[in-house]
Amino acid sequence: MRIPCPICGTRDRREFTYVGAALPRPSDEEWGAGWDDYLHNRENPAGETRDLWQHEAGCGAWLVVTRNTVSHAVLGAELARGATA
Amino acid sequence: MAELIASRPAAGLVPVRIADLSLTEESFGALTSLSPRRGAEGALGAALQQAHGLGWPAPNRSTQTDGARLIWFGHAHALLIGPEPAQGLREHAALTDQSDAWVALRLAGDGAEDVLARLVPVDTRASQFETGHTARSLLGHAHVSLTRTGDDAFLILGFRSMAKTLVHELELAMNSVAARKGG
Ligand SMILES: [Zn+2]
Repeated sequence: MRIPCPICGTRDRREFTYVGAALPRPSDEEWGAGWDDYLHNRENPAGETRDLWQHEAGCGAWLVVTRNTVSHAVLGAELARGATA
Repeated sequence: MAELIASRPAAGLVPVRIADLSLTEESFGALTSLSPRRGAEGALGAALQQAHGLGWPAPNRSTQTDGARLIWFGHAHALLIGPEPAQGLREHAALTDQSDAWVALRLAGDGAEDVLARLVPVDTRASQFETGHTARSLLGHAHVSLTRTGDDAFLILGFRSMAKTLVHELELAMNSVAARKGG
């Protein structure tokens, strides 16, 4: 598995650390269903998924990686800063 | 008062010479990491050019003059090697003294690329990784900064605490490359 880091170029999986699902952070100040979903509830899709990875042994940037959990294809990566959630 | 003697991070571990390959320790002046303040990349580049004659490096690249080198060191991050940083740089960047934090190794000689190919998940052949090119990556399990400094020479910067591991990994790989060559 190789991930195309937008800064470093395409690199081996072992340079990256998986963090979790890339989800939009709820804007509500109060606790509610939105926060429950954000913290605990996951879709676990068979197919395309977007997750956060850190290029920990490379440039250090946080990335949103789009990949397919069925085919294992990595479809793209963008910087988490400014990524569309 | 006691006279303290500074010891190099790889003291007693190098030099290692095997066939045409050598692993030695570099002794630089200061190492300083620079992180531009948000939006200040341009101003920092201009200040660096004026103070040290160095341009801000693009990702995976380094710039250098006779006495100084500026290595891209990660996202919005570069490492100034050699001179004490000009005070004026502080206006545009966060500066951190890293002088004692890193071990600086020089791997040189015919077959240096083959040694790295056994340890680093980046293609370091000259066709892909030219003199002045740099990468943050892994050497074995250790995080490193790797820069090609010549046709057959690389600068490997690793965490000081990993010096013994790095030398051990490199020495093993140097031995096996030399053995394959029948040297
Ligand atoms: Zn990267």
